[in-house]
Amino acid sequence: MVPNTRRAGFAGVEVERKMGNASTLARFALIGVALAAVAGAFAYFGGWLTPKALTPARLTDAFERVDGVHAGFRRNHAKGVGVSGFFESNGNGMRFSKAAVFRAGRVPVIGRFSLSGGQPYVADAPDEVRGLGLQFSLPDGEIWRTAMINLPVFPFRTPQAFYERLVASKPDPKTGKPDPAAMKAFVERHPETAQAMSVIKGQPVSSGFDNSTFHALNAFRFSNAAGDSTPVRWLLTPMQPFEAASAAPVPRDKNYLFDALIAQIQRQPLRWRLILIIGQPSDPTHDATIVWPAGRERVDAGVVTLDRVESEATSAATDINFDPLALPAGIAPSDDPLLSARSAVYSQSFTRREGEAKQPSAITPADLRRGN
Amino acid sequence: MSIQPRQFAAFSRVLHWTMAAMVLTMLCIGVAMVASLGDYHVLVSIHRPLGIAILILVVVRFVNRLLNPPPPFPATMSGAERLAATGSELAMYGLMLVLPLVGWGMLSAARYPIVLLGAVHLPFILPHNPTLYAVLRKAHTILAYLFFLTFMGHFGAILFHTLIVRDGLLMRMAPWNIGRQAASARYDERR
Repeated sequence: MVPNTRRAGFAGVEVERKMGNASTLARFALIGVALAAVAGAFAYFGGWLTPKALTPARLTDAFERVDGVHAGFRRNHAKGVGVSGFFESNGNGMRFSKAAVFRAGRVPVIGRFSLSGGQPYVADAPDEVRGLGLQFSLPDGEIWRTAMINLPVFPFRTPQAFYERLVASKPDPKTGKPDPAAMKAFVERHPETAQAMSVIKGQPVSSGFDNSTFHALNAFRFSNAAGDSTPVRWLLTPMQPFEAASAAPVPRDKNYLFDALIAQIQRQPLRWRLILIIGQPSDPTHDATIVWPAGRERVDAGVVTLDRVESEATSAATDINFDPLALPAGIAPSDDPLLSARSAVYSQSFTRREGEAKQPSAITPADLRRGN
Repeated sequence: MSIQPRQFAAFSRVLHWTMAAMVLTMLCIGVAMVASLGDYHVLVSIHRPLGIAILILVVVRFVNRLLNPPPPFPATMSGAERLAATGSELAMYGLMLVLPLVGWGMLSAARYPIVLLGAVHLPFILPHNPTLYAVLRKAHTILAYLFFLTFMGHFGAILFHTLIVRDGLLMRMAPWNIGRQAASARYDERR
């Protein structure tokens, strides 16, 4: 028999009459529960049920709280200039990685020198952390990006620690300086930071960008053509002679570090050796606060030459996110928790700034012309 | 009386359930990855190839839709319901096509390397343009939420038909073959 619901225009009403209210209500409730369960799972995955958890957005918000929102600029390493040049591989890296960048030959490089912090017009100072982001464009269309700084170790082991320290570093409106008690409390909770800071303080700061050593800090996993996997860290060592930062007062020029860099590159190309530090299987790869034991093999993989410097107004590097996990086949992330977090937060910062109107950078095209 | 096929073609059903699983996974990965620090990279690494797989499959599915038209709606569905069903089907086809393309386009406009697996990567389909990236990035999110809402409507409607109307509408898409007799008894449509 054909139930008369068949002919009902909108069947629910008919059915309700037929089945009795209790049963129908239960069935409607079941539908509600099923829909709520799916919506709830979706909300759970989206992090809406854990409003206190640290997310890329909340970490980026913390940068904005400490340094202010500077539309169009990176939320960290806001002040910088673009550079370009090339990498000449000597083929040595192929022992450890099948990445095409390590085959003997030359690949183009775009990069950006920067100072840490979210303030795009901050005055240059010797103890500001210096950054160098690089992009290698491989012949097969693959891209390798790395974002390095001039510290031998990173002061924080986890994204949470980084966040806590960032929040603690917010300047007190009364003194214009971070609350010393909050900073002290942080270091007491994080002995690894205290240890890393003493390693950092033990290394003399160089006079400029040109003679700085830039460290990738996080460990990565290299895999070669034979399929062997090796933990590797890399750094760029300058071929310009080391000169310690002067103990004399900081020059009055707010951009003295960048102006010197511009003058140097315009005089002659600057060069760095790409050094691979080859880890042993026992070396920790999850902790950027500690160096690997002395005596690990160091492989010179080739030379990075930077022969052109540009203001952010014209440089292609301005709209590049130097995401440390933009990697070619043959280089993979390690278990270091900072890597995924950096990738996520860089992306968040990139998305915010790319949607904003761009302001002129501290280093303008006029500064570049003056350097000539 | 000729017995018409009352179920979707077997291949249509395979596509439906495979893609349903893929799309739901994709939507969950999408919202999870933008909220995650630790799992961001792993999730993004799945998100990209899965999105491209959906893009390929939706083209297959569209061709299949032309070759294998769906079975008729049961008589329990009013004109308005039929319109809503067809409309949401169209919307979901459109979203399955547009969302991966917007994702591919936005990564192109940002010059993010679009790695699928190992050295396999996609070419850039748009010029390097920050504003274009920002607009497409926002559109990607909005369209994804729209997709989730459309899915909820679809899911709610099928639950309503299954639990309240009890017209066996779900059987049209059952992964197994229902007997012709059973099918014809359920869907004995009179026009």
